[in-house]
Amino acid sequence: MIQTLAPAAEAAQPRRRRRHRRIGTYIFITLMAIVWVFPLVWALYAALRTDRDTVKNGYFSWPTGLTLDNFVSAWNGAEIPRAYLNTLVITIPSVIIALLVASMVAFAVTKFSWRFNILALMIFTAGNLLPQQIIIVPLYQMFLWVGFIPEPLSSSGKLFDQAFGIILINVVFQMGFCIFVLSNYMKTISKELTEAALVDGAGVFRIWASVIMPLCRPALAAMATLEFTFIYNDFFWALFLMSTGDRRPITSFLQNLNGMYYSNYSLLAAGAFLAVIPTLLVFLALQRYFVSGLTLGSTKG
Amino acid sequence: MANSHHSSDLSSSTGDQTLNDAAPARPGLPGTTGASVDRVPMLRRRLALPFGGGRRRRFSLLTRRDKIVLALMVGIPLIFDLVLIWGPAIATIGLSFTDWTGIGPLTDKNFVGVQEYQKLLAYPFFEPALIHNALWLAWLMFIATPIGILVAVILDGNLRGSRIYQTIFYIPVVLSLAVIGLIWQLLYAPDVGNGFINSFLAAIPPLPFTHFLPDVAHTDWLGDGSINLFAALVATSWRHVGYITILYLAGLKSFDPQLREAAAIDGANSRQTFIHVVFPAMRPINVVIIVITAIEALRAFDIVYIINRGRNGLELLSALITNTALSESSRVGFGSAIAVVLLVISIVPIVTFLVWQTREDQQ
Repeated sequence: MIQTLAPAAEAAQPRRRRRHRRIGTYIFITLMAIVWVFPLVWALYAALRTDRDTVKNGYFSWPTGLTLDNFVSAWNGAEIPRAYLNTLVITIPSVIIALLVASMVAFAVTKFSWRFNILALMIFTAGNLLPQQIIIVPLYQMFLWVGFIPEPLSSSGKLFDQAFGIILINVVFQMGFCIFVLSNYMKTISKELTEAALVDGAGVFRIWASVIMPLCRPALAAMATLEFTFIYNDFFWALFLMSTGDRRPITSFLQNLNGMYYSNYSLLAAGAFLAVIPTLLVFLALQRYFVSGLTLGSTKG
Repeated sequence: MANSHHSSDLSSSTGDQTLNDAAPARPGLPGTTGASVDRVPMLRRRLALPFGGGRRRRFSLLTRRDKIVLALMVGIPLIFDLVLIWGPAIATIGLSFTDWTGIGPLTDKNFVGVQEYQKLLAYPFFEPALIHNALWLAWLMFIATPIGILVAVILDGNLRGSRIYQTIFYIPVVLSLAVIGLIWQLLYAPDVGNGFINSFLAAIPPLPFTHFLPDVAHTDWLGDGSINLFAALVATSWRHVGYITILYLAGLKSFDPQLREAAAIDGANSRQTFIHVVFPAMRPINVVIIVITAIEALRAFDIVYIINRGRNGLELLSALITNTALSESSRVGFGSAIAVVLLVISIVPIVTFLVWQTREDQQ
């Protein structure tokens, strides 16, 4: 009934006015989109300019020639490859561990009723919502104080200034968000499935591994994409819980880059661009997952 | 098969088939072990009850080993969460009553009561930081968030090329705020000829009335303490708008189109429909967005740190903490007192969110 009436109601509006408004909307959103894409375009443009060109004409000028030299200089001069490697060593294990652990907690909390499950869920969720700066002061002391971390994980026995320490804090901090989202997702999976598997004699670990995890594949893919960008983009932990610049992942390393190339915009832009490329590629390839990851929980701490 | 399988005919089928249907990726759990033999008669007895679903029934299905596994699954992460997040959060409160500098052991002599809080009140950067955080919140809440909602509403209409627009608005969301700070430094660079904004302003041909205006083309956008906060806010909004658009657009897509059609029949135009029909119906997502905006405003840090380490007009509570407690001066007690202030403020949006979330769950 409603569907059949709707077009008639729309047609009652003067058609020309609607078309004008439509064109207005297009112009508005297109202008906004141009403004939105511009900062990145400008950074890319600055990174592609030659020194000879910019020294003479400034950056606000038509190019006399474009070059990839700045990327090469930043790549070599700022030791970007090492920063990438540091990022890789931190990000990949963090994402995998955070998702595995979070899926176990979410499974245990949503599929079985026990006394403290809402409290546990709240502790995890709220932990992720706290501003990181609230806990950094004691955490910094703790990372310096702990001295019993065995050899392959820590070269000094400490958590401070070690990739392992950064992985640990990333996992624990991001876990709260993953648990929140995954438990919302798992609530939509029928509890009877778990019960049927229990009747069948499967243990809970087996149910988690072969029943729940396969069903959560879409949510896990979305969360993996999202968490990759979150952890890749983390600036704060490695800035304060690592003191050796050479060990810092690329996002925290930007702080060094900023000091190094303060006066050379081309190198600064090239370095910033190199830092951005991996997340940009992941986003362009997996945009759907990224977006659904954010909207699954409709929150990010 | 899907729903009422076990209540009817449990003795003949042990539920294997249900599993096969639901999880095709793993073809059936192979041969049942001895445990299931024990469970089935017990279960049959329980399921004979007309209705159940209480805690007791589900627990009784679990073996002792299952319970231990579940306890470990939640317990180990919980311990880590308590030790690495909640422990430090509480320790911050404790440290705020000391004058510890982080050097040497913490002894009774370090406990000085509320002395650091008194110092905080006299600290010249404390009040600016509070004001800046409040401005940050107000800007995100009343400027950036509404723009994000507007973009989402526009993209929700059948716009040609909507996907491309979405990609453009979402790109800044995947960038770290540190890199956003760097990118905007290039735009804000003060020297005409290099910084885009000032070069652009300088390139505007003079009009009869422009000589009355101040010479904006030589503004030091990030260096001038009276305006750099707004420059940083513009850069932050570049990301925040896209973030809100993602969340709001998802909400709009799940909005029942019949409600909108009904409003159209009643003669409402699209603006009236949005204000009176769509927006109120989006209440759950509105709450989430307000909470997220508040939390983003409180944890704002990266962008001011990369611009000038949160000084000279860019003081924020978050940056004051690291600048006092984790800098050369290492004023652990003092920094912790600032952290406690931030904690107290943060509790408001966090509790709002948790209360809202539990209430949603119960409905």
